[in-house]
Amino acid sequence: MEPNFPKCFKSESKPHKFCPGCGYGIILKNLGLVIDEQGIQKNSVLLTDIGCNLLAWDFFDLPTCQTHHGRTVATAVGFKMADPQKNVLCLIGDGGGYAIGLQNLIHACLRNNPITIILVNNTNYGMTGGQFAPTTLDGQITDSTPFGKDPKIFGKTFKGPELLKTIAWEKAYIARGSTSNPGMLKSYLKTALETQKQGNFSFIEVLSFCPLNWKTDAKETLEKMKELENYFPQGELK
Amino acid sequence: MGNEVLAKAAFEAGAKIMFGYPITPTTEVLATWVRLVEKSDRKYLQTEDEMAAGFGVCGSVLAGVPAFTATAGPGTILMQDPLSMAEAMRLPMVVFIGQRGGPSTGQVIYSQQELNLAIFGGNGEGLRLVYAPSSLQELYDLTLKAFTNAWKYRFPTFVLYDGYLGKMKGPVEISEQQTVNSNQLFRPILTNNMRNCYNLEEEVYELNMKNFSDWQKMADEICEYEITGKPSETIIIAYGSVAQAAKDAGVFLFRPITVWPFPEKHLKEKIKSVKKLLILESSLGQLGRLVKNLLYGLNLEIEIFAKPALGFTPEEILKIYGT
Repeated sequence: MEPNFPKCFKSESKPHKFCPGCGYGIILKNLGLVIDEQGIQKNSVLLTDIGCNLLAWDFFDLPTCQTHHGRTVATAVGFKMADPQKNVLCLIGDGGGYAIGLQNLIHACLRNNPITIILVNNTNYGMTGGQFAPTTLDGQITDSTPFGKDPKIFGKTFKGPELLKTIAWEKAYIARGSTSNPGMLKSYLKTALETQKQGNFSFIEVLSFCPLNWKTDAKETLEKMKELENYFPQGELK
Repeated sequence: MGNEVLAKAAFEAGAKIMFGYPITPTTEVLATWVRLVEKSDRKYLQTEDEMAAGFGVCGSVLAGVPAFTATAGPGTILMQDPLSMAEAMRLPMVVFIGQRGGPSTGQVIYSQQELNLAIFGGNGEGLRLVYAPSSLQELYDLTLKAFTNAWKYRFPTFVLYDGYLGKMKGPVEISEQQTVNSNQLFRPILTNNMRNCYNLEEEVYELNMKNFSDWQKMADEICEYEITGKPSETIIIAYGSVAQAAKDAGVFLFRPITVWPFPEKHLKEKIKSVKKLLILESSLGQLGRLVKNLLYGLNLEIEIFAKPALGFTPEEILKIYGT
C-alpha cells in the first residue's frame, strides 16, 4: 500500500534522498500538505540552494531548480519579477541564508519582494559533514569547532528572524517554527504562502535536526532540539 | 554614447528586465535603461551586488522572460558565479562587459583584459558565445544578435566591448525590422525538475559532452569575422577597438566578430598565402594565446604586440605593420 503522501509529491523520487533521521522530511511533508490544500501545485515553483536542501530538486512534482550557494533568494527575486503570478518558494539552509547569502536575504526583505523563503536551521553545514554555521550554539562541537564553538572567535549565535523583523515591511510575514511542532509549522507555512499572494515578503526559519552530524541517538536528538528551542524562540515575529 | 546604444538595442531586442549594479565604465547602460522603461511594462532592479544581478537574470530567463545585465572588471569576476550556473543549465543569460584595466580595480577607462574571463571565467569549459563589437553600430547590431542567439542556442552570451567604446559618441542606424520575434524564442525554461548537481563523474561527463557538441554546432552556424585591407603576406589579427584602429590604418586585417567561438576555419582559409601573423591586443597575450593555440601546427611566423590596458593608434599600427 502506498503511504499517504501529499498529492504534489513526486512518487518516482521516493523514498527521498535525505539521511535517515533527517528533519527535512517533516518540513517538506508539511509544505506539500499546504500546497495541496491551497491548490497551488500548478502555479508554483521551488528553488533550492546548495546544501542538504538541494536533495529536494525532484522531491515535488513542481518545476524545481537548484541554484548556487546563497543565491536562491536572488534567483527567486528575478523569477518573481518576470512572472508575478507564480508562487515562488525558496528552500535554503542556515549557511546559505545566514552566511554566504545573507546579503541577498536582507535586501529581498528590505524591498519586500513577494517570495516565500523556508530556511532550515539545523545549526550546522550538513552536506559538507557538519561544520559550524552562524546558528551553531556556543560550545557546540562541530567538524570545524572540534573543541566547541567559541563565540569570542566565531561570533554569537545568529538569530535571523529577529534581524529581518527590524527591516521588514508592515505586511511582511516572519516566523520561526520547529520540526518538533509540525502542526504549528504547517500553519506558519500556510500564512507565509498567503502573504506572498498578497504581494509581500514571507520568511520562515524552521528548527531541524541533523543526527548524523550532531552524532546523537534518538533520545539525544530530542534533548538537543529542546536546547535549540530554548535559544531560538518559536512564534510569529511579524 | 556607446552605453546608451546598448540599452536601446536591448530594448529593441525584446529584453524585459535589466538587473544591474553600477560600475564604471558601464553604468550608463543601467541609467539609460531606467529611463527607457519608465513608461512601459518593462522593469529594472538595481541589486545589492553583481551576483544578485546575475542570478536575477537567471531567475528571469527561467521564467521565460529575456533579461540582461552589464558589468566590468571586478564585477565580471563576481558575475562568474551566475554565469557558470547559466553555462551548466543552458540559460540564455546576456551580459554586456565593458572592459576596464586590471588586475583588481585597475583603472575604469579601457583595456582588453577580460577576454579570458568572458570565455573561460567559469569552472567549466568555456561554452559561451562572445561578440566583440568594434564600433557603435556594432554595439547595436551585435546586441540584437546576442539576444536572438542566446535564446536560440542557450549559452551565456556576451557583448564584450570596452570603456572607450562605451563612452564614445556618434551616429547609429537603428533598424526596427531587426527586432527579435519574441513569441518564437522567449519561452519558460523552468517547467519541470531541473537538476544542477549530479552524483557521478559519468553523468557530468555526459553533460559536458552534450553541451560541447551543441556548442560546436552553434559555432558552425554563427561564427563571424571581417577581413579588410589589401591582401598581403602579413596580416594583423585584432578585435574590438584595436581592430577599429587597424581598419583605420588600412592594413590587411582579420577581425573576429565572434571572439568565441573563434572563426577558426575562416581564419585558416584566409591565411593560406600569409607568411606572418601580427596579433595586437590591449592585454598581455590573452588573444595571442587563444589564436596561437588554434593555429598550432601551421607553418607561420607569429608575433604578439601586447600592451595591457593601453590602446593602439592607427599610426602606431602602420609602424608595426611596416616592420
